Amino acid sequence: MEVSLLQLQSGRRARIKYLGGGLAFQRKLASLNIRIGKTIKKIAAQPFGGPVVIEIGNTRVTLGRGIAMRILLEVENEKIK
Amino acid sequence: MKKLNKVLLIGNPNVGKSAFFSRLTGVNVIISNYPGTTVELKKGKMKLGRKLVEVVDVPGTYNLEPTSKAEEVAVKMLKTGDLVINVVDATNLERNLYLTFQLLEKNIPVVIALNFWDETRHKGIDVDVKKLAQLLKVPVVPTVAVTGEGIKEIVSALKKAKTHAYKHTDKERWAKVGKITKQVQKIKRRHHTPLERLEDLTIKPLTGIPIALLTMLLTFYMIRFIGENLIAYMFEPLFNLYLPIVTGLSDILGSGFIHDILIGTLIGGEIDFVQSMGLLTTGLFVPFAMVLPYIFAFYLVLGFLEDIGYLPRLATLVDNVMHRIGMHGLAIIPMMLGLGCNVPGALSIRILETKRQRFIAATLMAIAVPCMAQIAMVFGLLGGYGIQGLGILFFTLFTVWVVLGFLLNRLMKGVTPETFTEISPYRIPYLRSLIKKLWMRLRSFLTTAIPFVLLGVFIVNILYISGIISFISNITAPVVVGVLGLPKEAIASLVIGFLRKDVAVGMLLPLGLTMKQLIIASAVLTMYFPCIATFIVLFRELGIKAMLKSSLIMLIVTLFVGGILNLLL
Repeated sequence: MEVSLLQLQSGRRARIKYLGGGLAFQRKLASLNIRIGKTIKKIAAQPFGGPVVIEIGNTRVTLGRGIAMRILLEVENEKIK
Repeated sequence: MKKLNKVLLIGNPNVGKSAFFSRLTGVNVIISNYPGTTVELKKGKMKLGRKLVEVVDVPGTYNLEPTSKAEEVAVKMLKTGDLVINVVDATNLERNLYLTFQLLEKNIPVVIALNFWDETRHKGIDVDVKKLAQLLKVPVVPTVAVTGEGIKEIVSALKKAKTHAYKHTDKERWAKVGKITKQVQKIKRRHHTPLERLEDLTIKPLTGIPIALLTMLLTFYMIRFIGENLIAYMFEPLFNLYLPIVTGLSDILGSGFIHDILIGTLIGGEIDFVQSMGLLTTGLFVPFAMVLPYIFAFYLVLGFLEDIGYLPRLATLVDNVMHRIGMHGLAIIPMMLGLGCNVPGALSIRILETKRQRFIAATLMAIAVPCMAQIAMVFGLLGGYGIQGLGILFFTLFTVWVVLGFLLNRLMKGVTPETFTEISPYRIPYLRSLIKKLWMRLRSFLTTAIPFVLLGVFIVNILYISGIISFISNITAPVVVGVLGLPKEAIASLVIGFLRKDVAVGMLLPLGLTMKQLIIASAVLTMYFPCIATFIVLFRELGIKAMLKSSLIMLIVTLFVGGILNLLL
């Protein structure tokens, strides 16, 4: 089952399956080690259209919702909100 | 190896390059715990044997594909350097090694500093340094730059630096990085540390937003508390000791031009440190006894917030609001720095990636963010009226900041790119570097602000004596008196405001203004023009066209808001 990072529940971990953007977008994400196959944890989503905070490795990253929407994750069924 | 003349410090943002630079060269630079502290190339010299070698602190970069300004700078510098010290965050090995591999493709000698070595232990990360050096075929030294651990070893490793010229595609690079990381790094399961739990609490909105509000409130009260007490128990008593000396000097000088310049006008036959406007009276009292205590208090608190790593979290929490006014969350950093002094604030707008954002941030900061020197004087001026006067003033400025930002965001072409930034982990501030930073900032205030204050006081006297002030007053009176409701005498203060805001606010004091007039004058002084030092920096950063546009906006907003305040209050 596939969900976007935006849909993923806070506190959950999931593996990145697909990045919906061009090479430049993928490169940008890769600079913080956000790549296909990596596992990330969603820490929080700020209210009123605010950014999403994730943990990848030992780094925490703030990213806008438009970016979060384009990060698709593989999760097991019961983990969906 | 060819001759070693220039060493480059290259690495990801917030890995401690500036701490390294400071250790290697002895040159003090501002070090903080957030990505993007260093926005300019910093150069210094270090001793290597009997030779002096240039060391360059290159702003942090994630890779060497020149897609952004920071990366372009790094790529350009690489061509001029003889050796690279690649500073690597040992707690984020995989991500950092990507840049390392790119460096190893550039045919330049490289040594690797595995920085934050102390943190790997707390975080349960075990890195096999020897094996990493073997696999990368370059020297690798574990370091803690901020305390100086491993610096000597890095310096002696420089002669063992190795050059490679690998060729990889992007995919191959990541594959190699992944493989090496797996071979050298072991991560142990462990419990979260209290700092990590605090990281969670301050970033989750439910707890994070109240904590942010509380932090800001506490910051405000701490600054006032420290500032007020320093003035009452230290600086005023000191100036009381100084009073007989200048009074003596005043008697010797008698009256005339020299007396007017040095001592100023006597108020009721006596020297008044605030109102006399002489170089040796007001010229010293304003910067030392009225402004410095608050500057000290502000930078003490700010340094702590910076070094613990709170600012990127604050940026995340305010990101949605900031987007509505045309910037993203990180723009809170220039605003916070601007509260100390608009000059470093103006420099730090470089952390924003688009021209549009930089323009909006610069304009909003210049209009609505008063610097600590000015705030300190306003505390002195309006503090007597309790929280009401200050409240109205700050509320007005905040409203201007929000509304103008909203309008600029609507009217200007283009969109704000989405936030994408690393949040630095919380770190317990290292006391020595905290004190060093505070001292650097105080010194910069003392060496750059005080000459300007003295110059300001000097010019005030010249303007009055020469009659230029009355000329300017007559021309601008219709606007200042008619629209803003200020007395004609306040115009001299507005003229000096171009040079120094603190002196300008000080000049309002003898005028006997009402609270309403004080609020309007303080607001106008903040908004109509940044001080000349800030203006020069912004001019350099934005270019002449944008700066003219920005200045025009300032003028219009000032007249509009000042006029409204005059009608409403």
